[in-house]
Amino acid sequence: MNTRGGHFNLPARLLHWTMAVMILAMLFVGVTMVASVQLRPMLVDLHRPLGIAIGVLALLRLYNRLRHRPPPLPADLPAWQVAAAKASHWLLYGLMLAMPLVGWAMLSAGGYPIVLWEGLHLPAIAPHTPSAYAALRGAHSVLAYLLFATVLMHVGAALFHLWVRRDGVFQSMAKGR
Amino acid sequence: MPLFRLRRDGGLPRTPRAHSPLPWLALIAVILGVAALTFAWLAGWIGNRLTTQRFTDAIEASGGPHPGFRRAHSKGVCVSGVFEPSAQARTLSVARAFSQARVPVLGRLSIGGGDPYGADNTARVRSIAVQLGTDDGQQWRMAMNSFPFFAVPSAEAFFEQTRAQRPDPATGKPDPAAMAAVLEKYPSAKAFQHWAKTAPWSTSWANTTFNGINSFWFTNAQGERRAVRWSWQPQAAFEAMDAAARASADVDFLSADLRQRLAAGPVRWNLVVTLAGAGDRVEDPSVAWPQDREQVVAGVLSLDHMQPQEAGPCGELNFDPLILPRGVRGSDDPILAARSAVYSQSFNRRERERAKGLTERAPEGAR
Repeated sequence: MNTRGGHFNLPARLLHWTMAVMILAMLFVGVTMVASVQLRPMLVDLHRPLGIAIGVLALLRLYNRLRHRPPPLPADLPAWQVAAAKASHWLLYGLMLAMPLVGWAMLSAGGYPIVLWEGLHLPAIAPHTPSAYAALRGAHSVLAYLLFATVLMHVGAALFHLWVRRDGVFQSMAKGR
Repeated sequence: MPLFRLRRDGGLPRTPRAHSPLPWLALIAVILGVAALTFAWLAGWIGNRLTTQRFTDAIEASGGPHPGFRRAHSKGVCVSGVFEPSAQARTLSVARAFSQARVPVLGRLSIGGGDPYGADNTARVRSIAVQLGTDDGQQWRMAMNSFPFFAVPSAEAFFEQTRAQRPDPATGKPDPAAMAAVLEKYPSAKAFQHWAKTAPWSTSWANTTFNGINSFWFTNAQGERRAVRWSWQPQAAFEAMDAAARASADVDFLSADLRQRLAAGPVRWNLVVTLAGAGDRVEDPSVAWPQDREQVVAGVLSLDHMQPQEAGPCGELNFDPLILPRGVRGSDDPILAARSAVYSQSFNRRERERAKGLTERAPEGAR
């Protein structure tokens, strides 16, 4: 029962689903990498280029989002759900942009080379400062947990729209015209 | 939906009945719950698998808490100097450090154990860490030890060995039965103990050979890959230090000796690269390669300055042996991966402690 018209535009849908896979993979790679005694080297090699790629795509996505209004939410959606939807989306944008930057700054402050892959490294964006490293390293974890929690809420809300409210909100991101 | 549900007028409902949201809500809860639990398990928050955090906790438990310092090889001095590659080096690897005439080096000379104010004269293991920083911005970090092979072959064995070194609260000493069990289980641990008991001690960091222990892969300009191990072999002649000399030596004799040597000029080591032969164990650091393997002197390390680690740059670096330049790759040695993981955790913990101003001060009377 699709009770509302309108879709996110094609770039928005492509970016959404590509980044959904990347960000979920990234969160699981990150948390595994920090705890695994054996998989860290392999996962770190994946984490850094994937993180930078997410940052670049997030910029494109923000640009597209600011130029194209998304379809409106259903008129009968309770006000608190509208507020939660708006707040969580801007939180997601903020975290998608902040996580790569915090990670990059953190490695810089820790005196680490920022190797994307063999032979290609990024410049430091912060001076080698141990106290800044400690703060940024802590922030990278806390923001990652916040991002994971927000992603879970987002998935929960999307499925609620799909299966319980059946109001077309999920479809507006899922299918083309 | 009930099969028979007649309306008052006897007909079947015409409009679709509102679906019950409960099964759908349950399904959503299950999906989110599985995702959250998987995340928590991977993070090590639930379950009891060996994680980097538990490994680092075990290392901390085998000594006292020493906030603000490395969890292992905690006592050391910062050093600096230069690496000059030999002409043969570039035939082995395209690493920039093998083609740049002079590569600046930051490093650290240290002793084994977790006490940042421990005694040099009772530390069986000595170590060196270096960072070669080339003009293209790449870095090559190495962390090497005075023993010739690793005591255990796997991360699990390394963890068991670390746990066995944990002091028993009753006696204040490690449980001999736990250590005996590790020695029994791992022949290399027994061989390591034999090395520790019989190999002569040297009088200085400057006449100690440091071994990379783990294997790496070199790639040269022709694209040829070779499994290698490397050592720093001192240019200073070996001098043995017997038990009586050690007993009377000062707890800081290694740094005093180095200071004296540096006053007279740079202290040098040759980088000796050993190429794996057919059948050599690349992934097992507990087995030394045979003595007759082809070796190449890839360059000379000259150290000319030292600084206390509290004041020098080495304290704020993680000498992760998997920070490598193009032309060098880590092998699949599980100890190499475990070192990289635990060093990172150790670095995070000590930098946090230092940022909070918790760094342990030198005991009264020390330095």
